[in-house]
Amino acid sequence: MQHLGFSNEKLKVGSFDFTCCEGCQLQLANGESTLPEFLELLDIRNFREISSERHDDYDIALVEGSITRDDEVERLQTIRKNAKILIAYGSCACFGGVNSLKNRFPVEECVREVYGDSPVETRPVRRISDIVKVDFSIPGCPVSKSEVERIVVSIATGAMISLPKYPVCVECKQQLNTCLFDLGKVCLGPITRAGCDAVCTTGKTPCLGCRGPAEDANYTSFRQLVREHGLGMDELDEKLAFYNCFGEMRDDES
Amino acid sequence: MTKVNCSIDVHHLTRVEGHGNIHITIRNGELVDAQWAVVETPRFFEVMVKGLSAERVPFLTSRICGICSISHSLASIRSLERAMGINPPPAAEKLRLLAMHGETLQSHALHIFFLAVPDFVNTPNVLPLIESHPHIVQAGLRLKGAGNAISELVTGRCTHPVSLVLGGVSKAPQKEKLESLRAQLDAVRNDLDTTAEFCSTLQIPSFVRETEFVSLRNGNTYPAIGGDLVSTDGVRKDENDYLAMTNEYKLDFTTTKFTRLSRDSFAAGALARFNNNFDLLRPEARKVAAQFGLEPVNHNPFMNNIAQLVECYHIVNDAIALIDELLEDSLADTRVAWKPEEGAATGAVEAPRGILYHYMEVDRNGKVRKGDCIIPTTQNNANIHHDLAALARQALAEGKNDEEIRQLCEMVVRAYDPCISCSVH
Repeated sequence: MQHLGFSNEKLKVGSFDFTCCEGCQLQLANGESTLPEFLELLDIRNFREISSERHDDYDIALVEGSITRDDEVERLQTIRKNAKILIAYGSCACFGGVNSLKNRFPVEECVREVYGDSPVETRPVRRISDIVKVDFSIPGCPVSKSEVERIVVSIATGAMISLPKYPVCVECKQQLNTCLFDLGKVCLGPITRAGCDAVCTTGKTPCLGCRGPAEDANYTSFRQLVREHGLGMDELDEKLAFYNCFGEMRDDES
Repeated sequence: MTKVNCSIDVHHLTRVEGHGNIHITIRNGELVDAQWAVVETPRFFEVMVKGLSAERVPFLTSRICGICSISHSLASIRSLERAMGINPPPAAEKLRLLAMHGETLQSHALHIFFLAVPDFVNTPNVLPLIESHPHIVQAGLRLKGAGNAISELVTGRCTHPVSLVLGGVSKAPQKEKLESLRAQLDAVRNDLDTTAEFCSTLQIPSFVRETEFVSLRNGNTYPAIGGDLVSTDGVRKDENDYLAMTNEYKLDFTTTKFTRLSRDSFAAGALARFNNNFDLLRPEARKVAAQFGLEPVNHNPFMNNIAQLVECYHIVNDAIALIDELLEDSLADTRVAWKPEEGAATGAVEAPRGILYHYMEVDRNGKVRKGDCIIPTTQNNANIHHDLAALARQALAEGKNDEEIRQLCEMVVRAYDPCISCSVH
């Protein structure tokens, strides 16, 4: 691979999934027109969903999903040992994601509700960084393929990696959308990290904050904004809890 | 006989969505055990929905699956709209059907080209085919791309839809964009023919095990959203009677549940829809089925791959017809206002892999009191399990070796296009 005159061997990449919908790794197979070219840059060592080849040496481990079972802890620790760089990608890996809504109930109640008296092993949902060191996090539900590609290529070439620091609100305004607060909806766009191109709010659906907090999000004034529009605090709290990534704001206020 | 004792263990089968294992034991030339064990970690979506506002539920349940998120979203929407007496505008119904077409097209293309075909040409994945069969891979990518283009235009993106909401569709697509989508779909008709020609060169294993097939049927159109629950054994039930259609039970060796109806197991999916609704397919789809000798009721699970291709013909042509209707519509009215109301109902849709049920109970404040989701792969797991035993027995009688038996068993599991994380939601 040639990049900025810098020549490299193909980057060995493995993709691994834990408790999740596997929608993030599917994004990598999307973007059909660039797919063969992207695959050309990589040496796929382990990507169970699309290939039956498996190898245990890889430069980058892309890890998707949250951790809810002991065997997952062991598997994750092995991946950490084998990988030079471990990237947590997707909201489940970065924050626990929607899976964390389970943590509102005791584990025994969860099992009884779904499986009756049959025992099924499960534990409260944990993030990847609760178990092992994470070198880089790419949030999103699902992740954006172009962001993952950009970051993987940056790692290969030693380029700087960063996520947008500003909120979704900025990207939404750039698209000249009508503000959803003015339509009577609680939207997490003002406090959520950008990089999604404001896809939900452009579709007239309020932001639920899947990319986690923007840097220096002002929670006090955000709460004030919700109050000024006469909107419900219950609705706000339900939305803040959706991906489990605004714990600090909820702690702040309670 | 080359082998009288063998033990086949496939740990975390590849080229399927999710985690499942195959165990087969043969002793003294006799099949002792054949098991399909799902070892996926459960997520407890039925617990997660409890106490959530109805409005938010489709955004949660779409996360059950990364491949068929539109189906999950629409199953929740249908159950909640029926529970609260919400009637979406006709244009929204058409947009939703179009979104389903997009999802099924991308899902079938993904399965046929990326997951199933490598078995038939003996490669570990699709990559060698980029060299050896470039025009086939390109056709596959264009078909998958066309499916994603539909989903993106109608729902905002191809995984985890943003504009499918209770009451309708939050944002209608622009007409110019619908027109260019129509042109894109028109262009992939050639790719369908290329695919059909290629598939006709593949050797489909001859294996038949008489099976009951379950799907939706509404009598007017090929099924997608809502309808009666029917089976090829003559069962017919109302959509709300989904529990009597599935009869879930749990076994120790697997984290997914199993289901049954008139026999030990039944099948859902493209072949089941085809077997129950052949008369409602578009003529282009019926024609290609005839080319493959596929007629209802077909009992070879490997033919599910071909039934998926037949459905791709139906979808591309039906999507073009739907877009023509939408272009005639003003598209000003795609969403109705609604108020929370106490109620309970089932929403059944035909996800790419088969019939999917969501059942929701809401209180008068519009908070979910109870949820239940029964996934197509859950319904197929028992059938896969029984197919494995019959297939291993047949292969043994034909004198096949361990490696051949293992490969056939992997192939039959993949033919169902299982979506395992979905089944252990």
